[in-house]
Amino acid sequence: MAPLDEERMNGVAQDPVIVAEKLDLTFQTNDGAVQALRDVNLTINKGDFVSFIGPSGCGKTTFLRVAAALEHPTGGTLSVNGMTPDEARQQRAYGYVFQAAGLYPWRTIAKNIKLPLEIMGYSKESQQEHLERVLKLVDLEGFGEKFPWQLSGGMQQRASIARALAFDADILLMDEPFGALDEIVRDHLNEQLLALWERTGKTIGFVTHSIPEAVYLSTRIVVMSPRPGRITDVIESTLPRERPLDIRDTPEFLEIAHRVREGLRAGHAYDD
Amino acid sequence: MDFEWLLGGFASLLAISYVNLQVANGGGRDQAITRLFVPVFFGIGLLILWEALVQGLGVPGVILPAPSAIWDRFTASTNILWVDFVQTFVKGALSGYVMGAIAAFAVALLVDRSDFLRRGLLPVGNFMAALPIIGIAPILVMWFGFDWQSKAAVVVVMVFFPILVNTVEGLRATERMQRDLMKTYAASYWQTLFKLRVPAATPFVFNGLKIATTLALIGAIVAEFFGSPIKGMGFRISTEVGRLALDMVWAEILVAAIAGSAFYGLVALIERRVTFWHPSQRRGR
Amino acid sequence: MSDAAIASSSGGFGTGARAVWDVVLPVVVVVAVIIGAWYVACVPMNIKEALTQAERAGAVVEPAGAKERRDMSAVGLALANSAYARDTLNQERPRLPAPHQVGQELWNTTGGMVLNGKAFSKRSLIYHGWVTLSATVLGFAIGTVAGVGLAIGIVHSRVMNMAVMPWAIASQTIPILAIAPMIIVVLNSIGVTGLLPKALISAYLSFFPVAVGMVKGLRSPDNMQLDLLSTYSASQSETFWKLRLPSSMPYFFTSMKIGMAASLVGAIVGELPTGAVRGLGARLLAGSYYGQTVQIWAALFAAAILAAVLVGVIGLLQRMTLKKMGMVH
Repeated sequence: MAPLDEERMNGVAQDPVIVAEKLDLTFQTNDGAVQALRDVNLTINKGDFVSFIGPSGCGKTTFLRVAAALEHPTGGTLSVNGMTPDEARQQRAYGYVFQAAGLYPWRTIAKNIKLPLEIMGYSKESQQEHLERVLKLVDLEGFGEKFPWQLSGGMQQRASIARALAFDADILLMDEPFGALDEIVRDHLNEQLLALWERTGKTIGFVTHSIPEAVYLSTRIVVMSPRPGRITDVIESTLPRERPLDIRDTPEFLEIAHRVREGLRAGHAYDD
Repeated sequence: MDFEWLLGGFASLLAISYVNLQVANGGGRDQAITRLFVPVFFGIGLLILWEALVQGLGVPGVILPAPSAIWDRFTASTNILWVDFVQTFVKGALSGYVMGAIAAFAVALLVDRSDFLRRGLLPVGNFMAALPIIGIAPILVMWFGFDWQSKAAVVVVMVFFPILVNTVEGLRATERMQRDLMKTYAASYWQTLFKLRVPAATPFVFNGLKIATTLALIGAIVAEFFGSPIKGMGFRISTEVGRLALDMVWAEILVAAIAGSAFYGLVALIERRVTFWHPSQRRGR
Repeated sequence: MSDAAIASSSGGFGTGARAVWDVVLPVVVVVAVIIGAWYVACVPMNIKEALTQAERAGAVVEPAGAKERRDMSAVGLALANSAYARDTLNQERPRLPAPHQVGQELWNTTGGMVLNGKAFSKRSLIYHGWVTLSATVLGFAIGTVAGVGLAIGIVHSRVMNMAVMPWAIASQTIPILAIAPMIIVVLNSIGVTGLLPKALISAYLSFFPVAVGMVKGLRSPDNMQLDLLSTYSASQSETFWKLRLPSSMPYFFTSMKIGMAASLVGAIVGELPTGAVRGLGARLLAGSYYGQTVQIWAALFAAAILAAVLVGVIGLLQRMTLKKMGMVH
């Protein structure tokens, strides 16, 4: 840990956290083999906000799942903090946010957020400390004793982000976390997520279907294409770190969105 | 034949039906009190009609005793009824129910660890749950003697399969996402079991436990038809039927009905407490 | 692309055969283990009787004398006298008959009797099975018709729903089976004998599960589907025939399976108080009176086979009907 801390003090930006080299993943299904990922090379640096965009079947979720050791590659390597994904999991290196909140209905919001802390053996006091901090972070103070089914969909998803943040992982992997929410709630959560990223300096991998969402949030946008799942373009965002919602009407924003759309088209993403 | 009784009986049923019709379609039709009032009133109407038919037509007590006669017998025989209740329900049904449930949970946890075992045992368990298991009563009476032990053994076998099948299914009832979440925490088998899979299984478990309440009482009563000491609800029913003392038989049936619905109600109440979070239990919150 | 298609289709065939094997193999293994355990259990269960008989025939067993052995553990005896393990599997009145003995008895009282031309003799399980089966099916038919009728009434009448439905649900928590002996005796005393009293018990037992299941089924269409028919201003009976009844079919078959199993139990229990004359229930009772354990087990398996066949037939009808209606693939 020591060298990492040193580098952070020095403010070194180019500090690789997730490194994929020649990553291949083939699923065996009843309809034959499916190449979910082919020859994927990507480096995500510390503090990056990287979005993955592309049509269904392009492997964007699969890539995230490989990074979280929920799938295992059939070729190539992927390392997290210089370790294998399995080792990184043991080190509690990342928090994962799924498409649905997936809160346990038999636990209160507070108990849900404490779930990973219980499993990882945090003391009772320390659990409470972490809980209070992340509840404030996602703006859910005062809702700890509610049950998930008593809250709106947006609040549930915020609670699930709090759960992923609770154990201080430096990496946040988010798989279409706002996909099921309506546009207005989504805008609001996007804004909050950016503020949270700014405040905590976490590294975020973010899967989405939405071009505006990807452009608004990211420092880099990875465009992917299906059959086989592969990266067709990586776009560096030129937007400033400080991004009010109306930045989406600026020519700069529209220019990047246009490039993403072009990238998707070049990958024949919407052929059939 | 006594026409006053008959006339009175039908008139009161008609009156009750009319009132029920008005209440059920009236202004307060969705209130809790209406939900309670209508069925209770209907039940009272049936009882009045029963009494009236027996009195009016002069039906002999050896064919169908009147509700009043059954109630008289019930209040006069509380001692015997209590002894029978303890013998059959507490010793036979309840102890068998607890043992069968514990055995079913243990086997379910074991089966759950092996996919092969699960795929082999689940169809067999489902098959057994549909069989007339009550038929093993004579065998178990032969093995464990006439007293309550053999009844408890019958109950164990009867409740085992429904609880087993439901628990095994419940343990599988978690979503892939929930299991993935536990994986990202590097949770151990036991942590996943106790923090995710057991809570998620409780609605299924209670489904099995509720089915088993009725089976337990049936098993304990019917097993006594194959031999018992000179007490017990099944013993009393079969001997009093032989002596044509039907008021006593009906009094035992009343006890069985109260015990059966109270037992079910108790399990359902515990279910409400434990699985308050489940969508089927959330009404009124 | 064509290569891939061929590969996937041949792969599909292979996985299909493997899938069947994956389903069948575990069940076969589990059943085999159960039968094996049954044989093993026979040894300690029957060892005392086996040793007594062997001693009577002049053999030397350890320890000598039935009295000395009475309080010893059966497992210990079985280990000390393993030479007599074979004798535990072929006794005339074992505490636990071995599987082959039960199979033998089943064959002797069914197929064997057919070969001798005595298929319907009083010792034939076909005869007793037929008696039970006819009461079961008759009662099931009555109970199902009545149950569906009540369900239709409950779904269409508010007051019936409120007044009757709680009782229908509560009645499922009551051990109705307990009144079986009384119904038989009372009906006998007023001159109704034979098939009908048993069928009435079966009908009563299958009535409530069918009624409750059908109410659920007839109410299964959601609001959107009902609203759609309202926009066509469909009448209540049109809604019933075109939406409610078709949607209730899966529930109908599931509750019929439960009702059929309950009917069979009702018929068997209904045969107990008639003095053990006819039917599988009577065979069970007679067997327990005279200690004919092999006969009890054979009757038990006959009942199990009957239940499996009856429920299986409904399952088959279910699959055929739902397939025709496009509800399963």
